[in-house]
Amino acid sequence: MDHAHDTHTHEGHDHGHDVHTHHDEPGFWTKHIFSEDHKVISRQFLITAIFMGVLAMMMSVFFRLQLAWPGQSFPILNYFLGDKWAPGGVMSPDMYLALVTIHGTIMVFFVLTGGLSGTFSNLLIPLQVGARDMASGFLNMLSYWFFFISSVIMFASLFIEDGPASAGWTIYPPLSALPQAIPGSGLGMTLWLVSMSLFVVSSLLGSLNYIVTVINLRTKGMTFTRLPLTVWAFLVTAILGVLSFPVLFSAVLLLIFDRSFGTSFYLSDIFISGQALEQTGGSPILFQHLFWFLGHPEVYIVLLPALGITSEIIATMSRKPIFGYRAMIGSILAIAFLSFIVWGHHMFITGMNPFLGSVFVFTTLLIAIPSAVKAFNYITTLWKGNLIMSPAMLFAIGLVSTFVTGGVTGIILADSALDIPLHDTYFVVAHFHIVMGASAIFGMFAGVYHWFPRMFGRMMSNKLGYVHFWITFIAVYGVFFPMHFIGLSGVPRRYYSNEAFALFDNTHELNVIITGFAVLGAIAQVVFLFNFFFSIYKGKRATQNPWKSNTLEWTAPIEHLHGNWPGSLPEVYRWPYDYSKPGKDEDFVPQNVPLSAGEVENH
Amino acid sequence: MIYIVILIGILAFWQLIKVYEYATIINGSEEETVTESDTRFNAKMMMVFCVAFFVFCIWNFWMYQDSLLPPSASEYGKALDTLFNFNMIIIGFVFFIVNAVLFYFASKYYYRKENKATFFAHSSKLEMIWTIVPAIVLTVIIIYGLKVWNNITAPVNPNETIQMELYAQQFAWTARYGGKDNTLGKSNYRLITDNNPLALVVEDPNNGDDKLVKGEFHIPIGKMVQFKLRSRDVIHSAFMPHFSAQMNCVPGMETEMHFVPIYTTIQMREMTKNPKFNYILLCNKICGAAHYNMQMDIIVESEEDYNKWLATKKTFAETMSATPDEPKVESVKEEMKKYTAITATVEEVKVEEKK
Ligand code: HEM
Ligand SMILES: [Cu+2]
Ligand SMILES: [Cu+2]
Repeated sequence: MDHAHDTHTHEGHDHGHDVHTHHDEPGFWTKHIFSEDHKVISRQFLITAIFMGVLAMMMSVFFRLQLAWPGQSFPILNYFLGDKWAPGGVMSPDMYLALVTIHGTIMVFFVLTGGLSGTFSNLLIPLQVGARDMASGFLNMLSYWFFFISSVIMFASLFIEDGPASAGWTIYPPLSALPQAIPGSGLGMTLWLVSMSLFVVSSLLGSLNYIVTVINLRTKGMTFTRLPLTVWAFLVTAILGVLSFPVLFSAVLLLIFDRSFGTSFYLSDIFISGQALEQTGGSPILFQHLFWFLGHPEVYIVLLPALGITSEIIATMSRKPIFGYRAMIGSILAIAFLSFIVWGHHMFITGMNPFLGSVFVFTTLLIAIPSAVKAFNYITTLWKGNLIMSPAMLFAIGLVSTFVTGGVTGIILADSALDIPLHDTYFVVAHFHIVMGASAIFGMFAGVYHWFPRMFGRMMSNKLGYVHFWITFIAVYGVFFPMHFIGLSGVPRRYYSNEAFALFDNTHELNVIITGFAVLGAIAQVVFLFNFFFSIYKGKRATQNPWKSNTLEWTAPIEHLHGNWPGSLPEVYRWPYDYSKPGKDEDFVPQNVPLSAGEVENH
Repeated sequence: MIYIVILIGILAFWQLIKVYEYATIINGSEEETVTESDTRFNAKMMMVFCVAFFVFCIWNFWMYQDSLLPPSASEYGKALDTLFNFNMIIIGFVFFIVNAVLFYFASKYYYRKENKATFFAHSSKLEMIWTIVPAIVLTVIIIYGLKVWNNITAPVNPNETIQMELYAQQFAWTARYGGKDNTLGKSNYRLITDNNPLALVVEDPNNGDDKLVKGEFHIPIGKMVQFKLRSRDVIHSAFMPHFSAQMNCVPGMETEMHFVPIYTTIQMREMTKNPKFNYILLCNKICGAAHYNMQMDIIVESEEDYNKWLATKKTFAETMSATPDEPKVESVKEEMKKYTAITATVEEVKVEEKK
């Protein structure tokens, strides 16, 4: 509380309270563990997300092995999953479902939501708007610790007797409500629900903080039309989160009631294990509406920060202003608004009224317009630029490519008629992994490479970054492009094995190819991990502004100070994209440089 | 397996080299954060990647066009095939052009010290173009798509259709025919017994003549079939890929779909040059351990053959009054056991079948 007050009062120059905190010499615990400093919290989010990411990636390799060579024995599976779940090295069907469920959950929520927003909103919002810290350092700290506990619970659920939640990351009831239906819906699902509830708390605490910080703590001169697009993206993402995560929370809460207290929100007329259940009158479809009311905004919660990061990096490394700054803000807002009225496209074949389906077709296809505008603006930014190919830039360009490639298949799926035979096939898996999975993770990597010097005061190796990028890029397309064809052959997702149907025999070869690329991609991440952790300790020392960037974070001293800037806060005189401005000697003009005589502010 | 080990081996070795390189980089003191040679190399790679990627995409299309589903075997499916191709041409075009331009720019405009980027911050005209052009294209896509959708989902007159039900449970399907009166009688989930697996209300006169079949069901060519869908336990999805038909089975409510089959099984066997070809019904909503093996065969044949086949089946009334030595529907528990066993053995069975 103290802090919130603190940072608030010194937008100007005097130091007041802050001086005290400097002199207090915080101990190890308050400095590194229970820190309220946004820069430390950002690192904590990143490292936790990396740990969870490695876990989820290993799971994906495991189930890819099963898909490529079903029923074959792999000692590595036995080693990790044990005799119960992989007797003789062959994964059991229950474990297969558990792995895809936890893989999806971790990737979507823990890596690409908590990890991505948690890391970069935390790091960049205060530094780029010119604030000393988040509005409330304490709530920010809580946000991380809720995330941490939620991660621990999710991780712990892997080790329980009946196995973790296994009803898919979308946990549709009744499957997720009835342990009789699948063993993972016992304690495993309880832990999943508890973990996700805490996750929602973490997300809300974080998001509220981000919103308040952007609105209230911008430094002098930092108007909304001078905000870097990263901050715009983080702000809108936070708003989406605040509006949609509570709905997930309600959905989860009602499910908990159904599971534990005999209510029937989602259950009706069920006969299972030789017994007719009492519950009647509920609707499993209600859950889907609630879930996707969060679920679709969620995919943009994942994607927008990645797009924001990309905007910043592409402009900086092209030495050129982002093309169509206002159009970019406009499309972020349009996407955010529309993302709340398209959720029905996940439910075209649930028995939804066909007319309502048509409405969702319309709104869903509308969202393709602002998406297209963004893609074209990125490409135009590259045009006649002076492109410096840092690893971050490569990942940003990769993102634009995957965003386009995955976006166009969205147009097919959004056509309700075409969705009939494609829903829940591998075509959908291909679509969302390319457009969301690959794009968002590329955005995250780009951010890590770009702001590593800001986070750790050292540089990562470019060479290793290149190796990492190219193998990852090849692997991503190698895995997910052929997957469209598997989907078009009619293969459903979440199948333990495709061998029960002669129809799918001819997709076997593709599955082997895909698994090959998946293993390759996983190995490439070892390069990244090495580069990341090695560079924290041994990387080349960073210079003040290694990418010659305009935004404020590069004006703060490399040494982490609580309060970010010694002395007064920087003042802002221009938008963040004055790269290669005619009439300037240097090809960049930081935001805190006043306009020279006769200079007009662009945009 | 060996292939993976080799792969890992090669990469590990390669990585060692990189680590070595890395150490030298750290010690080096370069002026620029990214060297010009690195930039040039990666820019060139962008073009190389672009070409390789497109080749890979086309190779995929080329190689696997035959493994895709055969032409759709229902009337609506035909319309869907056309709609799909129409959309694919549009998005294929966008995909190739936009990616090509992206990679081309990325490889062309790489950093050179003497160059300066063009300060080009915005152009209303360009932005208008790429708002309006996609808007127009999408309008066409929406209108065309919704026309097909409205056609497929338009209500049908039950009297002009064959009334059928697909009943889903972990992990099997049962098909029910409306019988003589072509009407499906009522059900109540509390009535499930060994003899009455679909929970039909015995007193409902519409139920007596209904016919229940497992394993495979038949439908006649050229007739509209309307399927009512129910589930006993969790959500399943009745997916018939060859007919481009799918609808969820949701416990507690009834859903519906309908289509007209246009090729008999025999015709399809000829068209696909696969004497073993069979239409299938499968489950496409995660429903538990044996979700991947929840199937039923579908036979499309002439109306005559269909009637003959259906005549051999017992009505619900007949099975209800069956003498004990008649084959009975297994008890639910046994069924559960059986399907758990299937889960374990299906691998072996399938492997043997192939041999
Ligand atoms: C051009 C814009 C897009 C359109 C028109 C579109 C359309 C669709 C549609 C209709 C589906 C449902 C398919 C089905 O389940 O049968 C879908 C699934 C999905 N989309 Fe998109 N999409 C677009 C962009 C995106 C973006 C940008 C993301 C993520 C950032 C995304 C993430 C997903 C995910 C995660 C799913 C699948 C969820 C699941 O069933 O597990 N989509 N998309
Ligand atoms: Cu969606
Ligand atoms: Cu099923």
